[in-house]
Amino acid sequence: MTALLGVVVTTARPTLPDIGVFAVAAAIILAGAIGVVVARNPVHSALMLVMTLFGVAVLFVLQQANFLAAVQVIVYAGAIVVLFLFVIMFLGVDREEDVGAERLRGQRPLAVALVLLGTTGLLLLGQASRWTTGQPHVAGLDTGAPNVNLIGKSLYTTYLFPFEATSALLIIAVVGAVVLARRPPAATSSSQVAEADAATPEDLAAPADGEGGAAPAEAPVGDRAESSVTGSSAGAAAGTSGDGEAAAGEVGG
Amino acid sequence: MSINPAWYLSLSVVLFAIGALGVLVRRNVLIMFMCVELMLNAANLAFVSFARQLHDIGGQVLVFFVLVVAAAEVVVGLGIVVAIFRRRASTNADDLHLMKG
Repeated sequence: MTALLGVVVTTARPTLPDIGVFAVAAAIILAGAIGVVVARNPVHSALMLVMTLFGVAVLFVLQQANFLAAVQVIVYAGAIVVLFLFVIMFLGVDREEDVGAERLRGQRPLAVALVLLGTTGLLLLGQASRWTTGQPHVAGLDTGAPNVNLIGKSLYTTYLFPFEATSALLIIAVVGAVVLARRPPAATSSSQVAEADAATPEDLAAPADGEGGAAPAEAPVGDRAESSVTGSSAGAAAGTSGDGEAAAGEVGG
Repeated sequence: MSINPAWYLSLSVVLFAIGALGVLVRRNVLIMFMCVELMLNAANLAFVSFARQLHDIGGQVLVFFVLVVAAAEVVVGLGIVVAIFRRRASTNADDLHLMKG
């Protein structure tokens, strides 16, 4: 029983393959993490992030957290990083940027000093005291049951309420993303009203203008109703209603 | 049998430090977000390590929750980034010093 870095080790000596896998995974993780920070191009940062995430997944497997390793690859590398890449390319910021520019003088040395201080402090703290205390809990890892079974059981019994709260969080996140992505409704501010007044003839032809200016709160509903009315009352080809909708959309934007 | 958990925790500390350094040093909002993800991963690594050390599956369940929160955070955060980019055409955090839209 040795006490290294505050953790009392009761396990036997690690085997050589374990050490090798850990060393390679740790090297990959650290290289990826440094790459995320120093890469000039955001796309390269995202790819380095994938590297780090895969390394962490390997360490999860090494610690018998098989389910989490799979989820890590699927959710992080498969969904989150792809979302990052999508936004980077959608915004068109996938070019080299000037990392040298520094708005606040002395920010970088200060940041490095703070981080080094915190890291050494944490490691020393671990050396001085025990990081892990307490007794082994129920539903242990070594009961022989598959990892997924254990997590599922725990998730639906002990952690049922947090699990439900998680679902609420996801719904709120979806609604929030939709609200953020939505263009602001027409004529909510005076500047937009002025913009709408000084619009092109096509815009003025759209009946949504007067409605939007008069009743700002109901502008989106008015837009939709007006364009449908345009489409039906004109009775013309689909091009008419399409124009009306496009004009309404421009006013909205 | 297995690696000393202290190694995992040390790696976790270093990974968290790199992520924190990135948030402090980089000014691109997207890269700052990625560094936040690095820090979350460091926390996940520590959670799994403690779960293994204490023979408690609760640590792994917490990692699951962290994953969910990270996903929600990224969705909303990137939505905010896109909304800001529409106004200012910049992802530099230094350009966003006004609360005014």
